[in-house]
Amino acid sequence: MADALTGPSGPPPKRIFSRTNIMLYGTLLVVSIYYLLPLYVMVVTSLKGMPEIRLGNIFAPPLEVTFEPWVKAWSEACTGINCDGLSRGFWNSVKILVPSCALSIAVASVNGYALARWKFKGSELFFSILIVGAFIPYQTMLYPLVIILRELGLMGKLGGLVLVHTVFGMPILTLLFRNYFAGIPEDLFKAARVDGAGFWGIYFRIMLPMSLPIFVVALILQVTGIWNDFLFGVIYTKPATYPMTVQLNNIVNSVQGIKEYNVNMAATLLTGGVPLILYFISGKLFVRGIAAGAVKG
Amino acid sequence: MNQTNHSKRPPQLFKNLSAKIASIPMILTTMVVFVGGTTWTVVHSFTNSKLLPKLNFVGLDQYERLWSSRRWLISIENLAVFGFFSLILMMVIGFFLATLLDRKVRGENIFRTIFLYPFALSFIVTGLAWQWILNPDLGLQQVMHDLGWTSFEFNPLNSGDTVIYGLLIAAMWQGTGLIMVIMLAGLRGIDDDIWKAARVDGIGTVKTYIKIIIPMMRPVFVTALVIVASGIIKLYDLVVALTNGGPGLSSEVPAKYVINYMFRAQNLGQGFAASTMMLVTVAIILIPWAYLEFGGKDNG
Amino acid sequence: MQKHVKALGLSMALAVPQMATSADLEVTHWWTSGGEAAAVKEFAKAFNATGNNWVDGAIAGSGGTARPIIISRILGGDPMAATQLNHGRQAEELIEAGLMTDLTELAEKEGWKDIVNPSSLLDSCTFEGRIYCVPVNIHSGQWIWLSHGAFETAGLDVPADWNEFVAAAPKLEEAGILPLAMGQQGWQQNLAFGAITIGVAGIDAWRKVSVERDASAAAGPEYKAVFEAVAAARELARESNVQDWNQATNLVITNKAGGQIMGDWAQGEFQVAGQVAGKDYTCLPGLGINEILDTGGDAFYFPVVKDEETKKAQLELASLLISPEVQVAFNLKKGSLPVRGDIDLSSANDCMQKGLKILADGNVLPSGDQNLSPDTQTQIEDLMAEFWSSTMSAADAQEAYVAIIADSE
Repeated sequence: MADALTGPSGPPPKRIFSRTNIMLYGTLLVVSIYYLLPLYVMVVTSLKGMPEIRLGNIFAPPLEVTFEPWVKAWSEACTGINCDGLSRGFWNSVKILVPSCALSIAVASVNGYALARWKFKGSELFFSILIVGAFIPYQTMLYPLVIILRELGLMGKLGGLVLVHTVFGMPILTLLFRNYFAGIPEDLFKAARVDGAGFWGIYFRIMLPMSLPIFVVALILQVTGIWNDFLFGVIYTKPATYPMTVQLNNIVNSVQGIKEYNVNMAATLLTGGVPLILYFISGKLFVRGIAAGAVKG
Repeated sequence: MNQTNHSKRPPQLFKNLSAKIASIPMILTTMVVFVGGTTWTVVHSFTNSKLLPKLNFVGLDQYERLWSSRRWLISIENLAVFGFFSLILMMVIGFFLATLLDRKVRGENIFRTIFLYPFALSFIVTGLAWQWILNPDLGLQQVMHDLGWTSFEFNPLNSGDTVIYGLLIAAMWQGTGLIMVIMLAGLRGIDDDIWKAARVDGIGTVKTYIKIIIPMMRPVFVTALVIVASGIIKLYDLVVALTNGGPGLSSEVPAKYVINYMFRAQNLGQGFAASTMMLVTVAIILIPWAYLEFGGKDNG
Repeated sequence: MQKHVKALGLSMALAVPQMATSADLEVTHWWTSGGEAAAVKEFAKAFNATGNNWVDGAIAGSGGTARPIIISRILGGDPMAATQLNHGRQAEELIEAGLMTDLTELAEKEGWKDIVNPSSLLDSCTFEGRIYCVPVNIHSGQWIWLSHGAFETAGLDVPADWNEFVAAAPKLEEAGILPLAMGQQGWQQNLAFGAITIGVAGIDAWRKVSVERDASAAAGPEYKAVFEAVAAARELARESNVQDWNQATNLVITNKAGGQIMGDWAQGEFQVAGQVAGKDYTCLPGLGINEILDTGGDAFYFPVVKDEETKKAQLELASLLISPEVQVAFNLKKGSLPVRGDIDLSSANDCMQKGLKILADGNVLPSGDQNLSPDTQTQIEDLMAEFWSSTMSAADAQEAYVAIIADSE
């Protein structure tokens, strides 16, 4: 099934220079400009010196390429009295990212599996509430969460932050996993049951080995969300363990004299680097995973 | 498509038990965090809590004030306009791009990555980059003027009438990529035979998409809809980064009202009343639908 | 609990001079702009010199971003050791809940009552007779900052008050200069409204409305004049499309705008840009009409913590923040006025001297933080945001304003 998903299935175009083809590639190129324009502006700006930026034209390529803003964003930009740039938070972000992704994906995959294959009374109701939960703005849950974490003794600990990411990642991830597992052929499931495999047995021996694409999707969504998270990251950590986004916020929102746009742009590109790289390397797997997770209802 | 059949439930009790045990995290999350937290919020919306949550009940005072606040009314109207256009544009653009990429395009990987990458960047920066491009003295308008087209006017962010469209431009840029991937995935899941059959019957490409393909992709549209709609309701960061609600109050949105009154005005009661209104709206639309969509039909 | 803390406070305050601690103290604040960061560094330097360690928890984006974080941390039972908060009514509830350290013993021992000037600063730190925060500076919002270069370009003398400024505006426009720089954010527009109020309506009308919350005074002729003046100012700032306050200040520094109404923190930006007061720019307190300033400012609070070493270090820091040397070093960098009346600030520049003189003469009003609740202020900010960016008439705005004052508590 998954193999069938890799190839395009639309009607194949006939000749290379047919009218349809010119229209097709023309449209794609024009649309690409819209998507690439901000990236172009960011990259170009991050390579300019401040005097050149003051000249005004944000689209002009740099007359003199400088990597100074990148160096500054990474290791010199000041946030408060600390002037060591984004490098300060990079490893902190990684330390938050790894356990948060691992736990939230593990929990959501088991949830999705239970919902798809082992329904029990009320399971659909919980799932419906979960989906509604996806619509609640995080900020309104701030105080209830603070109270819950305080009672659990997890306030200010990495565990608390991991828990929060698990909770807020659950709705969408569970939806995707549930759809994916529902799409795995029933026969496999039945055969395993006949062989006497139970809930966990089937999960680990049948479901897991087949689910690489959906795990890639979950990973991409969670890495993007957790890596870019600012609010929870700053509340549930301390200055020594602030994630990178806190420094990004401080660099972009601190206004030291004239805004150093070049440093801001470099800082942004550096912070966005981790999810971006993941997108590039995951390539087709992402679409395959989404295909499997979203298609079956 | 191939709906799974669950008429044969696991016979032994203990097996179902492990499913229940495995679902404990989900049950706790829904009951404690979502239901519990929401109830807590609703209860406190009837109080005059200021900086700290307290239980001094004041009846419907917070709601009366909420509905007489111009800013709240403007926020709701803005969200309605933004939501309407954003829902339609996201779906249409997402689907359209997906159909383009589905036509055995050379360099599909490159195009797909180009459409998707904005999703990886934080809103703070999306806002900043678009602020520049839409800035009349720095961005597009200036470039057109420099090229000699001096009558060209493109300045959506500086007028209350157009600022919402400025937000839309940035929101589409950020979000359509993911929807496109979801739609593309859906298209890839459709059997080649359907295309062959349509061609044999002499049905045109566009007509095939509308009449046959789209109805088959219902679950895909549902997933996309959940993602887009939840993003619309929560719209906050992008507004803060791009316009901060301005000019004046013309790009204020409900989530921003909630957060501002909770933390800036230190009137938790007011913030909770506003978020309760948001939740009630979501619940009225969503719960029956979610139950039908995810609950009802699989039991058959 | 409360008593326990108080008793400890006493024993420790007495012990401070003899016994140096060496604790890591996490300090949260939102001072991240150029001048602000330089000022905070003075605190950190002085504190580290005592053998302790200042762990900086800067969060950029003004109080609006930082406050939920600070309050969540305190509520969650895992607070920072010290935090910036605007004093006044903001922290009352946290104090009531017993979450803030009582500094009364230390304050009495060091005689804060006698050294803090104006005394209203300490009053805002006081709750039911006990002192809970250390005021560190005085900020006032009633200033207009004028660019010498801009007026030179237009062939004009630098105005001496708001009325002259308004009269000079057409000439500035002719010379292609924006008369009034204004960041497009509600609080800045509200600040300008406040400054114009003091200038145009005068202190008595202001007191009736802002302190006594007299809605009929807000509907009166003095305030009518205020709203008309603000409507006129709105036209002068029509072409201003910057966002942040210091971007607007930068327009004045670079002679692109004639002036800006902003608090005395703008001073720090001129300083960082190497400009000299009286030569490159002029500042007029009270818009040059009524030389009266408010006395808002920042204060540090010390959430109750469990660790004994940290408790000691908290008191050390509290004592240090208000000590003469640190006050001078910090406020010179920050561009704000010191909270002590007994220190020599002859090294301060022209603008700060003006402020000090007004302070010494006692021409001060309590700041909005000490009168209107944050809730009311937010509503007024919303109104001002709408008013400044629309064509709303002065009369309509006044009507809405009266309704807000009538509802305020």
